[in-house]
Amino acid sequence: MKTTSRLERVLASGAMAVTSEVGPPRGVDAEIVRTKANMIKDHVDGINVTDNQTAMVRMSSMAAGVIIKQMGLDPIIQMVTRDKNRLGCQAEIIGAAALGIDTMLCLSGDHPKFGDHPEAKGVYDIDSVQLIQCVKKMRDEGKFLGGAEMKKSPKMFIGAAANPFADPFELRVMRLAKKVKAGVDFVQTQCIFNLDKFEKWMDGVEERGLDDQVHILAGITPMKSVGMARYMKNRVPGMDVPDDVIKRMAGVSKEQQPEEGIKIAVESMERLKERKGVHGFHIMAIEWEERVAEIVEKAGMYPRPQV
Amino acid sequence: MITAEQKPMQEIIQYMAPYSKILLVGCNECVTVCAAGGRKEVGLLASALHLNSLKEGRTIDIKEITLERQCDPEYVEELNSYIDNADAVLSMACGCGVQTIAERYKNAHVYPAVNTKFMGASLGQGVWAERCQGCGDCMLGITAGICPISRCSKSLLNGPCGGTSNGQCEIGQDTDCAWRLIWERLKELGLQDRYEELVEARDWRTAGGAGPRKIIREDLAL
Repeated sequence: MKTTSRLERVLASGAMAVTSEVGPPRGVDAEIVRTKANMIKDHVDGINVTDNQTAMVRMSSMAAGVIIKQMGLDPIIQMVTRDKNRLGCQAEIIGAAALGIDTMLCLSGDHPKFGDHPEAKGVYDIDSVQLIQCVKKMRDEGKFLGGAEMKKSPKMFIGAAANPFADPFELRVMRLAKKVKAGVDFVQTQCIFNLDKFEKWMDGVEERGLDDQVHILAGITPMKSVGMARYMKNRVPGMDVPDDVIKRMAGVSKEQQPEEGIKIAVESMERLKERKGVHGFHIMAIEWEERVAEIVEKAGMYPRPQV
Repeated sequence: MITAEQKPMQEIIQYMAPYSKILLVGCNECVTVCAAGGRKEVGLLASALHLNSLKEGRTIDIKEITLERQCDPEYVEELNSYIDNADAVLSMACGCGVQTIAERYKNAHVYPAVNTKFMGASLGQGVWAERCQGCGDCMLGITAGICPISRCSKSLLNGPCGGTSNGQCEIGQDTDCAWRLIWERLKELGLQDRYEELVEARDWRTAGGAGPRKIIREDLAL
């Protein structure tokens, strides 16, 4: 094992992993983090904590991660290079590791334009691929990105994102290959609604044997309503929601739409479980954490392995 | 070239409010080409300021002059015969020109009449787009002649983020995804393999990270 990460142990055991996420509050109420974490804790192997998601200021991923760690659970902190330069990133990685966090996700982050501070200057001193290289160098060589030796290095299980649906499609397998080359251990994909396209991407991934080098967690988002489906299709960059999914959501009554959304999510998981290269799921239930347990159970992935 | 746009009239009027003798200085280089501060714009701005002063019931005196190159001390010397007669200098050059005048004439009240925008290229009549951020270590040789630093909204060096849709950047459908353009051109040139080479974290010192930049050419310096 490279780290103490529970996610790493689950994946190494050959079991399908399940992770989910908690969006930190836009205020100092730690109880919100605990409540959300409690809703999902028994059904996942790791709890992602988003980092100023959609460029909106929130409690820091590391702080919320520590709150979750103090509950005896397994946080996966996220880090976007939009908000911190290489000094800030490395300082936070050291701090997180010192506080017991052992799993993290390296991201570039949504553009500030989308958030509540559109006048902010994005940092982008390094990109997500370079952040992966940075964490790996700290972990495996015990060195800072600048080359100096560290005293006791942070043992992080390194994650990243992969979006099989963004343009240009043919570049998306190569983009993953680059992250693998940089040293990523696992990736969480963008929410999958277009399963055919995802599987086409997986064909390319498996063809190159990338699935033997990185654990791919398929991104699952249950939709609450047809409105949400339409919003994701039209407004969220890099999201692919096929018309037949929207038709299916629109085909049931408003009251039934949440159930239909959960049904679609579970069906997707059942289909994708069969893919050799899919090693687990990352469930992004946006402000709907209370339904994660049910999704995991319905997909036949409960109880979680004790490793 | 360096592009610029005239400041809002109200801001210029506010700057000039305390002064009655104005030296209005254009530049014959970049700002002439992008129609922000050449001879023609100097004339137009002078008329607008006159008109405004009439409305306010006062008279102002404006001396119009357009220098060959306002960022070059040699040409700025031309202002010697007018500077003492002016209460203020209103420059229509880029920030380099404004500062060259301020540096040369220590006691002059110097104001910018334009906002300096970016280093760009002309895409057609009346359209300019950013193409370079002067990062000091050009990587166009490995990105098929398309700059990810100036043209990717996040200056990503290893490929497109997950926000690209319809080939456009996540910030808006009127901005091409730089990495989509790079990829298409690499393909056309048969250089696809280049995409998978990792680009390490950059040394931003050449881009200004080490403080204000300067070029000293010993072979040219007197």
